[in-house]
Amino acid sequence: MKKLLLAILFVPALAWASEAAYRLDRAPLDAKDLLSLQAGARTFVNYCLNCHGAQYMRYNRLTDLGLTEAQIRDNLILTGAKVGETMKVALTEKDGKAMFGAAPPDLTVIGRARSADWLYTYLRTFYRDSKSPTGWNNAVYPQVAMPHALWSLQGERALEIVPAKDGHSPADYKWSRISAGTQNTVQYDTTVRDLVNFLVYMGEPAANERKRIGIVVLFVLGILFIFAYALKKEYWKDVK
Amino acid sequence: MANRLTALWNWFDARMPSVAEEFRKHMTEYYAPKNFNFWYFFGALSILVLAIQIVSGIFLTMNYKPDANLAFGSVEYIMRDVPGGWLIRYIHSTGGSAFFIVVYLHMFRGMLYGSYKQPRELVWIFGVLLYLTLMAEAFMGYLLPWGQMSYWGAQVIVNLFASVPFIGPDLALWIRGDYVVGDATLNRFFALHVIAIPLVLLGLVAAHILALHDVGSNNPDGVEIKKKKGPDGHPLDGIPFHPYYTVKDIAGAVVFMMLFCVVMFFVPEMGGYFLEYNNFIPADPLKTPAHIAPVWYFTPYYSILRAVPPLFTSQFPGVLAMGIAVLILFFLPWLDRSPVKSIRYRGIFYKSALAIFVVTFLVLGYLGTEPITVWGQFGPWLGNADVATVAARIFTALYFAFFLLMPWYTAIDPCKPEPDRVTM
Amino acid sequence: MSEKKIDHTRRNLIVATTAVAGAAGAGAAIPFAWSWWPSERAKAAGAPVEADISGLAPGELQVVEWQGKPVWIMRRTKEMLEAVRKSDDKVTDPKSEVAVQPAYAKNENRSIKPEFLVLVGICSHLGCSPQSRTAEAKGEMGADWPGGFLCPCHGSKFDLAGRVYKGAPAPVNLEVPPHAYLSDTKLLIGEDKKGV
Repeated sequence: MKKLLLAILFVPALAWASEAAYRLDRAPLDAKDLLSLQAGARTFVNYCLNCHGAQYMRYNRLTDLGLTEAQIRDNLILTGAKVGETMKVALTEKDGKAMFGAAPPDLTVIGRARSADWLYTYLRTFYRDSKSPTGWNNAVYPQVAMPHALWSLQGERALEIVPAKDGHSPADYKWSRISAGTQNTVQYDTTVRDLVNFLVYMGEPAANERKRIGIVVLFVLGILFIFAYALKKEYWKDVK
Repeated sequence: MANRLTALWNWFDARMPSVAEEFRKHMTEYYAPKNFNFWYFFGALSILVLAIQIVSGIFLTMNYKPDANLAFGSVEYIMRDVPGGWLIRYIHSTGGSAFFIVVYLHMFRGMLYGSYKQPRELVWIFGVLLYLTLMAEAFMGYLLPWGQMSYWGAQVIVNLFASVPFIGPDLALWIRGDYVVGDATLNRFFALHVIAIPLVLLGLVAAHILALHDVGSNNPDGVEIKKKKGPDGHPLDGIPFHPYYTVKDIAGAVVFMMLFCVVMFFVPEMGGYFLEYNNFIPADPLKTPAHIAPVWYFTPYYSILRAVPPLFTSQFPGVLAMGIAVLILFFLPWLDRSPVKSIRYRGIFYKSALAIFVVTFLVLGYLGTEPITVWGQFGPWLGNADVATVAARIFTALYFAFFLLMPWYTAIDPCKPEPDRVTM
Repeated sequence: MSEKKIDHTRRNLIVATTAVAGAAGAGAAIPFAWSWWPSERAKAAGAPVEADISGLAPGELQVVEWQGKPVWIMRRTKEMLEAVRKSDDKVTDPKSEVAVQPAYAKNENRSIKPEFLVLVGICSHLGCSPQSRTAEAKGEMGADWPGGFLCPCHGSKFDLAGRVYKGAPAPVNLEVPPHAYLSDTKLLIGEDKKGV
């Protein structure tokens, strides 16, 4: 225990530094773009939900995205779940561990744990690596246990990391294409952008409502302030 | 209607006159100095935040589950499934940080105007006790969401107790009730957070206010208004707390609530300071996050803890330094030898010392949120030491110097004469 | 004169501030009060349920759970339906005038299909769940007992259409939940035809 404490207090930054090495791209999100969110939801249920669950997210909450319950039932529920149930995954934690070495994490709030930019870059920087057990590696998250779930869309790529000579500046990343996917780069970036847009929405479905209510509340408080300030002035004019 | 109400009140008053008496004593006939400025809002605001936390906390307990397997999920349940639950949770999480903001500003006011000095030492002591209790309340509350930061933060802080010589390991074991932070720890922290510590807080708030009202409030000039009384026996520079300061505090409270709502509705995570990103990953006892830092309000002390090097592989010196850094506040009334209270009439020494102290506190606070490599390393001429660690050591020394040298620099400080009466 | 004017301003300001603050306070209370409504989880758990009635033998009672409440599905025999006719003069509300059933169950058998009775098994008195007492239970229920239900809490008796007997503490008949036939053997409980 003492060693753990020392370790935490004095060498906390090593893993952090290596993960932060790849420069993240900015994710061009729009929380109000319903079409993008719907597309993201489709990608999510088709490609992510096989291994990752979203056990706190209810299917019928997707009505936020402008869908009806019937549409959700017909297009987005691929497991036979009821529309009021949460997006659970059939894969158990134990099976997941056996398959990937680590259980695939639940993704309900991944958009809050990881930044949108991180997710956006991560999902676009998988590359073929014969040394890895899955045959895949990632530039943002080296040695990640997850294979490239969207590879049929993006195609396969290779990466050569050339370390900088002075040992301080960022390494040079040289990408090359092995095989093409069903989408070109622009289409794939859009797919990932929509998916990340959805993940961020799913992290906090109430976010848009929150901002809407916030404006009303601030308006009411503003009016209250006018009266409260006038009242204070009225009383304090006695005080000499 | 009005007559009926008056009659009802008279009926009540005849049977329980102490209500009106106490109201007079603490409100309409409590004479507060008329020259309170901006810094005097934060006492009332602390009470407001306490009330907000109690109400929102009560409602959170209605859906929260203090169980290691269910806690994280129950928070997400509140955020998603409970109608309006997300708002209640954000009120509480924003309130937690807001509490420390107003309390730090309130304490700073005391240091600006010497409010801890004779005859208000007890007011100050109750205040420091409140601060300590609030820290305990916040620490235990932070475990409850059962995310990675909750878990590892608690693990580290409980392990601090393990560094106490001889009894340490057993003490930590006893606090946790398990070999690592676990279900038992979560359950007892929940009980302490929702009822035991709030009761202590309420008692201390009462003591803090009663002690204040017995001696009377200080003011930005640091002169005692009770020394100059008018023919009616009331201080010439005093005004009844009610209505004058109630209306003023209400206006201040509205402004505060607006700032509170801006954070709560538009940036509830406050860039990872109020709600840490890693805390959206469920607690995993087998996997420490790469970078853990306590919530911002503890980071000055966390910096001090990290700054003090281990001695014979024992972390105890750092823990001791951290403890002393908080406890030294109790002695402030006796460390300060200045003949004047307010910064307005103090000399250059105290003014500079306080300015350095503020910078010190902020820098230590910032460094505590960052990994020690944040400012890079010195060259080989300093053994490749981390710049941030060296800086934290210097600022830790300054932190303690502010208190330990205070008897000296306040005694020789070239003060200005205090006025007879307050100035507006 | 000026004294009085000041008082007016002050009074008006106090009233206005109190009114706005009261409204804001009431607004602040909304999320707290609102949080007591059933959560999305409770609503999902209380969603309509499907019941398979293909295996139900004549005279048999099947219990399904809907919104946490027991819902009885009873397949009544001819004799049982005749018993319902006979008890018309013994029950308080033989024609189901009190609206504790959907319009399509306001008939002599209190059901869509005469054979199948669907009831919420909660006594209209104080919420206990009545128990089935068949016609064989004459020893306990009296010689002319044609079969029905008995509430164990306060002894309310109901006939085989869930109609309450005269003199029982329960004020009205047992509730018929909204329900619909998805097919001959599939019942949907908790929702009418709409949306199916």
